[in-house]
Amino acid sequence: MPKYDSWKEMPIAGVIDKPATAREYNTGTWRIMRPIVDKDACINCMQCWLYCPDMAIDGIVKEDGKTEMVGFNYDYCKGCGTCAKVCPVNAITMKPETEFLK
Amino acid sequence: MPTKLAITGAAAVAHAMRQINPDVVAAYPITPQTPIVEYFAQFVADGVVDTVMVPVESEHSAMSAVVGSAAAGARTMTATAANGLALMFEIVYIAASMRLPIVMPIVNRALSGPINIHGDHSDAYAVRDAGWIQLMSENSQEAYDLTIIATKLAEREEVLTPAMVNLDGFITSHGVEGVEILDDEVVKDFVGQWEPKYPLLDVDNPITHGPLDLFDYYFEHHRQQQEGLKNAYKALPEVFAEYEKISGRKYDFLDLYKMEDAEYVMVVMNSAASTAKYVVDELREKGIKAGLIKPWVFTPFPKKEFLEALDGRKAVVVLDRAMSFGKEAPLYSLVKSALYEAKERPMIGSYVYGLGGRDVTPAMLHIPFEEAMKGELDPNEERYLGLKE
Amino acid sequence: MPVNMKQLINLVAKEDWPFTQGHRLCPGCNAPMVAKWATMTAKALGYEPVVGAATGCLEVSTTIYPFTAWNVPYIHNAFENVAATISGAEAAYRSLKNRGKLKTDKPIKFIAFGGDGGTYDIGLQSLSGAVERGHDFLYILYDNEGYMNTGNQRSGSTPPGADATTEPVGKVKTGKVQFKKNIVEIIGAHENVYAATASTSDPFDFMAKVEKGLKHEGPAFIAVLAPCVRFWRIPESDGPKITKLAVETKYWPLYEIDRGVYKITRKPRNFKPIEEYIRSIGRFRKALQHPEYKEVIEEMQKYVDTRWERLLKFEEATKGMYLR
Repeated sequence: MPKYDSWKEMPIAGVIDKPATAREYNTGTWRIMRPIVDKDACINCMQCWLYCPDMAIDGIVKEDGKTEMVGFNYDYCKGCGTCAKVCPVNAITMKPETEFLK
Repeated sequence: MPTKLAITGAAAVAHAMRQINPDVVAAYPITPQTPIVEYFAQFVADGVVDTVMVPVESEHSAMSAVVGSAAAGARTMTATAANGLALMFEIVYIAASMRLPIVMPIVNRALSGPINIHGDHSDAYAVRDAGWIQLMSENSQEAYDLTIIATKLAEREEVLTPAMVNLDGFITSHGVEGVEILDDEVVKDFVGQWEPKYPLLDVDNPITHGPLDLFDYYFEHHRQQQEGLKNAYKALPEVFAEYEKISGRKYDFLDLYKMEDAEYVMVVMNSAASTAKYVVDELREKGIKAGLIKPWVFTPFPKKEFLEALDGRKAVVVLDRAMSFGKEAPLYSLVKSALYEAKERPMIGSYVYGLGGRDVTPAMLHIPFEEAMKGELDPNEERYLGLKE
Repeated sequence: MPVNMKQLINLVAKEDWPFTQGHRLCPGCNAPMVAKWATMTAKALGYEPVVGAATGCLEVSTTIYPFTAWNVPYIHNAFENVAATISGAEAAYRSLKNRGKLKTDKPIKFIAFGGDGGTYDIGLQSLSGAVERGHDFLYILYDNEGYMNTGNQRSGSTPPGADATTEPVGKVKTGKVQFKKNIVEIIGAHENVYAATASTSDPFDFMAKVEKGLKHEGPAFIAVLAPCVRFWRIPESDGPKITKLAVETKYWPLYEIDRGVYKITRKPRNFKPIEEYIRSIGRFRKALQHPEYKEVIEEMQKYVDTRWERLLKFEEATKGMYLR
């Protein structure tokens, strides 16, 4: 994302002339609680993927046609815990970020 | 071949709109602008134009829809007056900030309150800082011409600034005069097609319009708007010259009437200038060197042109058809400010006239000239013409 | 066939998220769920969504210059005019298409998002006008029952007893006394419209309604109950859990009014008392301390019961009776 140094460089009209530039802002830094998935328990129903308000869960449809919850995108996950709450098999637990400090 | 029609100012503007053939018109009727919308709606109903008309439920929605349409990439027009413009106010600023070349005829009418439907310039002055180009017309012919000129000017890439074309309520909008209408094809070629810079409907290149602009860049965007107005100032002579080529009618920042050797100068906008020209002629017959300046362009304000035209004259009287409560009248304060750098400052006086459509007579317009000639002007006194004192 | 999970996942794999990461809505906010589901549904159906947003949480938090979370065309104009703005864009689309000036052949659909402030209150006229004129657009209200963007002021959607800064619960008052305005009936009464309620507890019900709304040639309106976790004083993770309870207590029945024809889209087998809903939301806590608030709860119970019975009867009575 350009940081403009002069009004002369900026597109006029206040427009943002490229889509999805917000990705350059990592909302993952806001996170206090980190979701961890137990893949053995996960049934890949994708409810977490559907609900995540931050599009921070990756999912795929595999070649065999089955869906798979791939994991979390911690660059953007704000740690709200909605995924853990909507998980029908309680495969996601929320852990304090302090546990992951190196 | 151009056609001469005996029509009202509203019809003249509607014909200009028909020839400009905008993609979208969104408008709400308000006296005295109503006939413009009615004429145009009839053109649509009769299939004379294939413009999509959006008959909105308020002026606020008119300006909002016009912003949506112009941002989408469509040539878009609307029209309003007084209270309607006041209701739009918030979005009038937004349209300018989004650099949408909307053209909007304003049929000048007194702002409430008390409510009044007749002509004065309080509406035009109220939006003088909104970031729009403001062109001023004395009569129907000028309203027609300036509507076409405004379209060409507003859409220039270095300008991309919306424009208002002002004509006096009832006096111009409802008065029948001879108006020369250019050939449709001539106008079509003159205004050409608008190529929008950031069309919302370009789904392959998604653009975000109208983001939240905090302290990091809001200032810079305003500086860009200022540049748009500066560029409009630079482009105007060129657009006027191009228009002269197709119409034979010459426009400029200022309409200078008998100014070559004028010692006593009246400055007045719009329809009252016709009466003032008559008064200047009467004075000239008596051997008095009277002259008149009528700005065709109010924003960007032609400060340099005023300075050049007024430097060294004996006296200048500025007439405003609106008050600025607690401050000097708008046109007066701008003209006075333009004279700051004059080598020989003329005497100057401020006159407010014609509020709420009060009639402007030649006798009334003689008064400022007489007071100027007697050396009775006071730069710090606002005087009133035709007021029941 | 309504859109399914696989379609959505494949869509994102192939075309990316239409509404992306990096927006700055609060953790657990329900508004981005609504935005995500609606735009994904449109894309999955093969439409190109062009989005409008009213001033509000969703707008300010997704487009902080020079950052935008929108991967589709987007326009914000002001608070009270998203419907008029999008109606202008839709008119432009019709005109440019008719005049052969459009650069794309892809079918465009217009989606306007507004919060309850921009819809129930300040934007109601603009919305009513755009619906009456019959523009082809889908208006999605994310209803968090207050001016949450500016810190929890009361709106026409705030329920009685919910603590709000401009109508707070105090020593002698139990906060707002008026019930929510019934926005879906107001919009449904325009008759040319597909109007529905939805809830963040049921994304597939919502997305089925988005699909119906988009396919309806003319105006469509969906009111989605979408909690503001912050000012509802509920855990960040609990938005959908709470809206589920709203459906189960008849506080927020899921139904539609399709050109006058009523249909309840979810009929819970067992209902829970409204008090359970109220007690699960922190913003009612202060009012609950007032003994007289008990009467308000009783009134609310009576109201939701009656409304439900009416809905059942409307459903029966309007079967097949499309007004337009």
